[in-house]
Amino acid sequence: MKTSVNRRSFLKASLLSGGGLLLSFSVPASMLNRKSGSKAETVELNAYLKIHPDGKITIISPNPEGGQNVKTSMPMIVADELDAYWEDVTVEQAPLDTDSFTRQFIGGSQAIRRGWTSLREAGATARYMLMAAAARGWNVPVNELSTNSGKVLHTASNQSVTYGELASAAANIEIPEKIQLKKQNEFTLIGTSRRNVDGKKIVTGQPLFGIDVTAKGMLIAMIVHPPSFGLTLKSFDDAAAREMPGIKDVFPVNVMKEDYQRQHFDTCTFQEVIAVVGESTWEVMQAKKAIKAEWQPFESHSIRRQSFFGDEFTEDIPAGRENTSDHNATITSMASQKGTIVRSDGDPEYAFKNAAKVIERSYSAPFLAHNCMEPMNFFAHVTDDKAELKGPLQKPEFTERTLSERLKIPLEKIDIEMTRLGGGYGRRSYAHWLVEAAVISQRMKAPVKLIYSREDDMTSGIYRPAYHATYRAGLDENNNLIAFHVKAGGIPESPLYANRFPAGAVDNYLAETWSENSNITIGSFRAPRSNFIGGVEQSFLDEVAEAAGKDPIEFRLELLERAGRDPVGKDNDYDPQRYAGVLELVRDKSNWGRENHNYHRGVAAYYCHNSYVAHVLDLSVKDGKPQVEQVCTTVDCGIVINPDAATNLAEGAIVDGIGCAMFGRLTFTNGTPQQDNFDSYRMIRIGEAPKKIDVHFVLNDIDPTGMGEPPFPPVMGALANALYKSTGKRLYHQPYITELENKGT
Amino acid sequence: MATFTLKINGTERQVDVDPSTPILWVLRDHLKLTGTKYGCGIAQCGACTIHLNGNAVRSCQLPVSAAADNEITTIEGLSENGDHPVQQAWLELDVPQCGYCQAGQIMNAAALLERNPSPSDEDIESAMNGNICRCGTYIRIKKAIKKAANA
Ligand code: FES
Ligand code: FES
Repeated sequence: MKTSVNRRSFLKASLLSGGGLLLSFSVPASMLNRKSGSKAETVELNAYLKIHPDGKITIISPNPEGGQNVKTSMPMIVADELDAYWEDVTVEQAPLDTDSFTRQFIGGSQAIRRGWTSLREAGATARYMLMAAAARGWNVPVNELSTNSGKVLHTASNQSVTYGELASAAANIEIPEKIQLKKQNEFTLIGTSRRNVDGKKIVTGQPLFGIDVTAKGMLIAMIVHPPSFGLTLKSFDDAAAREMPGIKDVFPVNVMKEDYQRQHFDTCTFQEVIAVVGESTWEVMQAKKAIKAEWQPFESHSIRRQSFFGDEFTEDIPAGRENTSDHNATITSMASQKGTIVRSDGDPEYAFKNAAKVIERSYSAPFLAHNCMEPMNFFAHVTDDKAELKGPLQKPEFTERTLSERLKIPLEKIDIEMTRLGGGYGRRSYAHWLVEAAVISQRMKAPVKLIYSREDDMTSGIYRPAYHATYRAGLDENNNLIAFHVKAGGIPESPLYANRFPAGAVDNYLAETWSENSNITIGSFRAPRSNFIGGVEQSFLDEVAEAAGKDPIEFRLELLERAGRDPVGKDNDYDPQRYAGVLELVRDKSNWGRENHNYHRGVAAYYCHNSYVAHVLDLSVKDGKPQVEQVCTTVDCGIVINPDAATNLAEGAIVDGIGCAMFGRLTFTNGTPQQDNFDSYRMIRIGEAPKKIDVHFVLNDIDPTGMGEPPFPPVMGALANALYKSTGKRLYHQPYITELENKGT
Repeated sequence: MATFTLKINGTERQVDVDPSTPILWVLRDHLKLTGTKYGCGIAQCGACTIHLNGNAVRSCQLPVSAAADNEITTIEGLSENGDHPVQQAWLELDVPQCGYCQAGQIMNAAALLERNPSPSDEDIESAMNGNICRCGTYIRIKKAIKKAANA
C-alpha cells in the first residue's frame, strides 16, 4: 500500500482496507504538548476523512459535542471544500485517543476557529486527489476538470465520474504541496443551515450520554463528600450502610495525592470522599444516607500546581468555613483599598479632579453553579494493566496524566472514550470525578459508573467566582468622557480585562485589580470573567451616556470612532470597526428610536472570544413583573458556518444569560452551600425566556470565531438597562430578582 | 424486594426490586431504557418525564409499586420510528443543543398536545414550566410544540 505524506500541511493519504481513500489530517489546536507540558512542537494527525467506493463519505470529527454543534459544523467545512454531496456524508465522533487527537476539548469557543484552515485544506486536498485520479483515467489535464456534488466533471468531453469510483485510485495520488482553497462566494455548504447530525438519536432517547453507559457486571458508585468547604473527613461509620440491600462496599477515596503536582484542570474540592458502591443507583442513594461521617476543619495548606501554560506555582488553600456575609465584607473592604494597577493611560487622577461631572458606581455578582442538566458522571473499568474510561469530558488530554499518576498505569494504557456531554459550560474540564471513578473501579476490580446526585453536583464546588467592580467616569463640561477608571476584583479571582473597551477610547484610563483567596473552588464558566465584567461595564456605560445626555448607542459609537482613529495606549484588545459594526447593525435591525412604546428597551455590546455581539432587549411589565418580550441580536463572528445552529447557540446564550443575571445565586453559611437542588437554586424557566429572539450576522469574509460564549455576557447588561427603563431604578447587584424585590417592584 | 410486572411501551417486563424504587431507576438501571433522564430526583426539572396512562408524570417521584398495572410510555416508545409529530417538529426546528433535557421536554409536550391539541402560548408556558433546559432552548421548544400542533 502506498502512503503519501505531506509534512507542511500535515496530511497523510492511504488506501482504505476494502478500497477507497483515507485521508488523515490534523486539526491543530492544542496549546500544549500534553506529555511534556511545554509548547507543542509536533502536530499529530487527529482527524479522518474516508471516501468509500460506494460514494459514502465518513468524516470523523475530533471534538467532543456538548451542544455547540461542532459535530455538524466541522464536517461541513471539510465537505464544502471537498464539494461533497452532504447527504452522502456521515459524521462519527472520534473514538477517544488523546495520543492522536490534539484538540479534543471544548472551551473558549475555539473549536471552529482553530480548526478552520486545516479542515478546509483536508477537504480541498481530497478533492484535488480525486480530480487528479480522474485526469489520469481520462488522460486530460487536471485544470480542465471541475467538481460538483460528489462528482468530477470534464465538460469538454461531457464525462463525469463519482467520487466513489475514483476513491481507490485517488489514494495513489501524491499529496499536492500547495492547495487552492475556495473563495467565499464559492462555498456551497458553509453558510447554509444543516441540522444537527445527532438530532434523531436525541429525540428518540438513544444512549448518547455518559450517564447512559452500561457494561456487563457494571456497579454503580456514588460519593459522600464533606458538607462544607473547609472540612475534611475525620472518620465514618458504615455499618448500617453495608447491611443495606445491593451494597457491595464502602470506602474512602483519596482523590489527588498530596504530593501530586496538579495541572491546570486538576481542581478538586474535596481531597477525600467516601465511595459507596452497589448494584443499582437507588440502592446506593439509600445507603449514602445511612453513612454516619464525622468531619473536621482542615488547616491552611498549599498544593503545587501548574498553570495552563506550564508554569509551576504554589496555591494556598486557606482554612475556615466561609460565609457569604464574610465575602461581602471582604469585597467592601478590598474595593475601598487600592488595587494593583494593570493599566494606566494619561493622568487619570488629574483628569478626575478637573472633571465637570464624576459618576461612580459599584456592581457585584455571587458565586454560580454550572448546573449541567446531566450531573457529573463517568464510567471506568480499571484492570491490573489498563484503564478504560468513558463519559462526558471537556479536556481529556489534561486529565490523562493525572489519571496515569494516580492509578500507576502508563499513559499508553489509558483509554478515554468520549460521549456526548449533557452540558459542559466549563464544568466538565475539571475531571476529579473521572479520577474518583477510576480509583473506585481499580479497588472494586470491576467496571463502575460513578454518578453524582444533583445535590453532590451542586455542592462540590468549581463555581463561577463572586465578583465585584467599581467604575468611575469623568465628563468634561461638554459631556465628553475624559477619564475612566475600573477597579475589579473577586473571590478568589478578578474578572478584569484591562485592555478591552473603553480602554483605547479615553485619554485618561486606569484599571486596577484585586482578589482575595478562598477555599471555595472555582473554574471556567461560560465566557469566563467576561460573564460578569461584560454585563456590568455595559450597565455603567449606559448610565454614563445618560449622564452625558447622549443616546447610548451614539455614545458608544463616538468612543469607538475615537479608538479607531486615534487609539490611546497599546494592546487594545478589540477592533473598533467591528465593534461599531454590530452596534450600527443592531440600531438598524431593532428600529432603534422607533420602538414600541409599551416596551422598555436596553442596549449592550461586547467583545469576547474573538467575536462581537450587540443586543437590544425589550421588556414589558405585567402585574409588576418584568417579561422580556424580544431581543434583537447582532453578531460578528466572521464567516458563519451553519447559520441556524449559530442562531440556536445565540438564543441559548441569551436565555441562559438572562437566567443567570436574574436568578443565579449560590450562597454559603459556615462553608455550606445554601442551594443544593433546583428547588433552592432558581433556573430560568420557559415562561421567563424572551418571547422572541432575532439574530442577525454581520456578513464578512473573516475567518470564523467563537459563537457559544460571546452573546452571553452582554445580554446581562442589556437586561439591566431595560429593567432601569421599566422601573426607573438602576440595578447593581445580581441576581437582579433580589434587588427588584427589595425595591418593591 | 418484590417482583413487579410492568407494561412498558406495550411490552410486559418483570423486575425484582425494592417497592420504593422510583420508576426512573427501574427504567435506567434494571431495564436499560436510558432515554428517560435523571436531572434532580425531586420533581423540579422534568428530565425524567414519562407517560403513565397517557399523562405526563415525573418518574423520579413514582415508586414502582404504584406503577404496576398501568401503561407506561417512555421516549423509546413514544413512536415506532421516531416520527411522532412532536419528534418530527423537534427535528425540523433543530431544537436540541446538548440534548439532555429533550426527552423529558418531548414527553411533556406530547402529553400536552394529547389533552390540548392547540395550546396557546400561556398553555405551553404553564405546561412546560417544570422542564428546565440549561442550554436555553425554550424558544424553539415553544415553536416546535406549535408546529406539532398544526401538523
Ligand atoms: S429528575 Fe425527576 S423531575 Fe428532575
Ligand atoms: S438542550 Fe441542553 S439542557 Fe436542554
